[in-house]
Amino acid sequence: MGKLQSRIPEGHIAEKWNRFKSTQNLVNPANKRKLDVIVVGTGLAGSSAAASLAELGFKVKSFCYQDSPRRAHSISAQGGINAAKNYQNDGDSVFRLFYDTVKGGDFRSREANVYRLAEVSNQIIDHCVAQGVPFSREYGGLLDNRSFGGALVSRTFYAKGQTGQQLLLGAYQSLSRQIKAGNVTMYPRMEMFNLVVVEGKARGIIARDVITGKLHRFSAHAVVLATGGYGNVFFLSTLSMGSNVSAAWQCYRKGALFANPCFVQIHPTCIPVHGDYQSKLTLMSESLRNDGRIWVPKKKEDAARLQQGEIKGSQIPEEDRDYYLERRYPAFGNLVPRDVASRAAKERCDAGYGVNSTGRSVFLDFRDAIDRLGKDAIEAKYGNLFQMYEKITDDNPCEEPMMIYPAIHYNMGGLWVDYELQTTIPGLFAIGEVNFSDHGANRLGASALMQGLADGYFVLPYTIQNYLAHEIRVPRFPTDTPEFDNAEEEVRMRLEKLISVGGNATVDSLHKQLGHIMWEYIGMSRNKAGLVRAAEEIKKLQEQFWSDVKIPGRVEDLNPELQKADRLADFLELGILMAKDALHREESCGGHFREEYQTEEHEALRNDRDFAYVAAWEFTGPDREPELHREPLSFEHIQLKQRDYR
Amino acid sequence: MSLAGIFLILFLLVHLTINLLVILFDDPMVYNRAAHFMGNNIVIKIFEIVLIGGLLLHVIYALILQVQNWIARPRRYSKANFSSTSFFSKFMIHTAGVILAFLVIHFSDFYFRAKFGHAAEIVSDGVVYHDFATEVIDKFKMLPFVIIYIAAFLFLGFHLIHGFQSAFKTLGIENNRYAPVIQTLSVIYTVVVVAGFTAIPLVIYFM
Amino acid sequence: MDLKLKIWRQKDSRSRGRFVNYFLREIDPDCSFLEMLDILNEQLISRNEEPVVFDHECREGICGSCSIYINGRPHGPDELTTVCQLHMRKFNHGDTIVIEPWRARSFPVIRDLMVDRSSFDTLIREGGYISVNTGTAPDANTIPVNRDDAVFAMDAAACIGCGACVAACKNASAMLFVGAKISHLASLPQGRVEARKRVQDMVAMMDALGFGNCTNTGACEVECPKGIKMANIVRLNREYLKSTL
Repeated sequence: MGKLQSRIPEGHIAEKWNRFKSTQNLVNPANKRKLDVIVVGTGLAGSSAAASLAELGFKVKSFCYQDSPRRAHSISAQGGINAAKNYQNDGDSVFRLFYDTVKGGDFRSREANVYRLAEVSNQIIDHCVAQGVPFSREYGGLLDNRSFGGALVSRTFYAKGQTGQQLLLGAYQSLSRQIKAGNVTMYPRMEMFNLVVVEGKARGIIARDVITGKLHRFSAHAVVLATGGYGNVFFLSTLSMGSNVSAAWQCYRKGALFANPCFVQIHPTCIPVHGDYQSKLTLMSESLRNDGRIWVPKKKEDAARLQQGEIKGSQIPEEDRDYYLERRYPAFGNLVPRDVASRAAKERCDAGYGVNSTGRSVFLDFRDAIDRLGKDAIEAKYGNLFQMYEKITDDNPCEEPMMIYPAIHYNMGGLWVDYELQTTIPGLFAIGEVNFSDHGANRLGASALMQGLADGYFVLPYTIQNYLAHEIRVPRFPTDTPEFDNAEEEVRMRLEKLISVGGNATVDSLHKQLGHIMWEYIGMSRNKAGLVRAAEEIKKLQEQFWSDVKIPGRVEDLNPELQKADRLADFLELGILMAKDALHREESCGGHFREEYQTEEHEALRNDRDFAYVAAWEFTGPDREPELHREPLSFEHIQLKQRDYR
Repeated sequence: MSLAGIFLILFLLVHLTINLLVILFDDPMVYNRAAHFMGNNIVIKIFEIVLIGGLLLHVIYALILQVQNWIARPRRYSKANFSSTSFFSKFMIHTAGVILAFLVIHFSDFYFRAKFGHAAEIVSDGVVYHDFATEVIDKFKMLPFVIIYIAAFLFLGFHLIHGFQSAFKTLGIENNRYAPVIQTLSVIYTVVVVAGFTAIPLVIYFM
Repeated sequence: MDLKLKIWRQKDSRSRGRFVNYFLREIDPDCSFLEMLDILNEQLISRNEEPVVFDHECREGICGSCSIYINGRPHGPDELTTVCQLHMRKFNHGDTIVIEPWRARSFPVIRDLMVDRSSFDTLIREGGYISVNTGTAPDANTIPVNRDDAVFAMDAAACIGCGACVAACKNASAMLFVGAKISHLASLPQGRVEARKRVQDMVAMMDALGFGNCTNTGACEVECPKGIKMANIVRLNREYLKSTL
């Protein structure tokens, strides 16, 4: 264990969090205003943490690279947020939410963290309603719920198809209130480029003003990272264009361990790739699988004609359709978890049954649902999604089946944190998607919003005090110390180095190449030979990047290409680490599917004896192999078993 | 702005009613008496000052708002806004200019002359009246007057068709339930006012 | 399709800008407007020219970052659409497309098509929130909310803060943006408590920031990519009058 102290409190799982809260160190009100906290990122986790810390009286500095904190990518989440309220009286409980989340994560998460998440989930809903989040309601005026994959109860709260937006605006408004009150200083269009460590503790950051290109120094008693996921390492993903790993990666290079980087969630229902120019993939909410049936043609010649564009899906008769999810998983049918649905789609397309011009797409068909419930009912339910689909593809899903394909969506992996959400660098905390903590190897729908807000509103504001209580004697410190000098110089040299390459390849063209390698070898299914090859190819691409990238403009200026190049440099390093992590984990679990480890029915085959642990990687130097640390996972309250959705 | 607007909207109705007397009754004295009453009643006189105040308020506010609005966009778009919004709402200040110009003519023609006694007089039941009725009828026998008059009211119509419902929006009175009602009222009112006022010269000219 | 682009290029807020013409060949009609600009930028970079700067982030029509005035309309010719969701099939082969930034005193140009919309954040800070501290809320179902009110609140809250309303308005007024926030919060019982102060403070700030005045032209409603209704402006006026009287 050594480096990895998970610091889980003693006691029964249902008492751990309360026990922690009642015995932890706290900071008294007079001291709080003497303590500074930097929060990087303003998504659900970042905004909620900054607002809550400021409400408590800490002085917060909040950073985002976008023009406003409200643009963070949490805003794109559609479906909903889980909570164990049991408002539907259908037998939900904190334990059941905990159980579903651990099982859904394929038993690769920490029990104590997940239990705490389930416990605070209810408070999140209370708080958000009080903030004015317009959740959908029933005619009696009480909150409505919908059901989501991987659960037997209806526990998902939602605001139309814009739950993420509404929750983020709630947090953003609370943040705005604290900015007005003077407790938060907001730095928009300010991107973190380096972490400053003083005497082993995180003490500040170096950030670059996106508009002027100038570097700035900020000091604080603690640094909180809430910078989201790294899915853009695949170039095409459902993430926003600016989402990146760089802030987390700089912390990794400064000594924070990076856990389970290969655990990537692939969402089964996205609009398929249609051209080389494409910049992003658009998600179609998981809720569509409640009424849509997924199929491909039974006959290869039909598939070939679809690929040629000679016929349309609606022309294929019922008996020639293969509803492969219903065929393979009669119990869960079209509602199997995301990882299972994604792999099944890939399997059919690999076998040559893809239905669009690229052969990489399957049908999601609403014909039967329209016959059963009527067109109006279906449009009322999914109208905005249908419109969005039609806008992008020019096809009406009421007339022709939707074409969908899996896409990169979420990262379960991230910076390793202990129970208190602290990384292996004292004073550096990681919350939301950027940490690895709660979803194991696969995340259930509507749990990302829950985790981001749980960390930001209800967990970090407590646990950070356990650290800050020891910092009350540390006065605010200046930024003209050698540590800040060095950190800033590192950034400056790196940016100068990037811009002085002066090659011929644009950043995007290299990023697309990285994306192809990642998707081909470290995507939905992986094997040893492919992973070895991926690492080699990424290294080659990395050499090309540093010798041939072309970045126009200057360092000290608004320069989007430079921003992108800097992010890509880190993605290249991350890609190599992901390949390494995926290679070492010789089992299949959740989003990580190794072809060598599958059952006879082609289902994921976990190896709990050898791999029931968190793999946390330590950076040991630019040209040296990272060192693996293992945090064993013990399951005391849930029995380990193979997931079976048949 | 909107309050002054609604006040002027109400006034227009009163004004219209009196004007219509010219063509509704063969006896010009009905109109002259009404005009006399309007010109000499103390309540109306006070009201007159309020009215002029309301008009001034409306104009001054309009100017201030317009200047603020111009400042709010120092550089125009090179390609004009295509938004399919109500056409007349974009030209309120322009229609206002035309109406104001007409008001100047109107005042010099009737109002000041009534006040400062250049109008022809007529005696009835021992009371001296200004003979506006004959004057109006004489005027509207001349084609240029008819054209100017009708044109001015068309512009007033353009102004009103947006202004009427806009005033309600500004006062926060409209909601989803009343919106169609107010829209309809706005059209009816505008048609009545424009038709009413333009009917007078037309009837007289072709009489 | 082949296109002629007339794009506004401006170095910074103090420089004078000008239109520059670009020609693009063989653009796929299935490509989005921003992807078309990506293609242009790739070509500009290869030709050692400065790429066109524009704000963009989620590219799925919800973050509100993209903000381009296309052929006389914010977010271009398609209804209920942001630029990132506008596709080139809405244009024809051989078209000339005029591409400008949002223009308003309160949205100064930063470079090219990128403008500074921090005035919107300033407006929200003036009261566009409910003052509730984390951890103090009662159970979520303690106060039932009329479903119609909840739906109205949700429709108002759908605003993405892109600024198309200001860009479209001939007076560069921010009434729809402020109205949406006011009526979102005023239609919920939780938001009524501070309703008076909120509307007074936000309106005062809106004037101070140099936005124009609303003359109810309705251009904002037509151009809003999220279909926010004029009813929210009426609501704002009503709340404002109520709080003043």
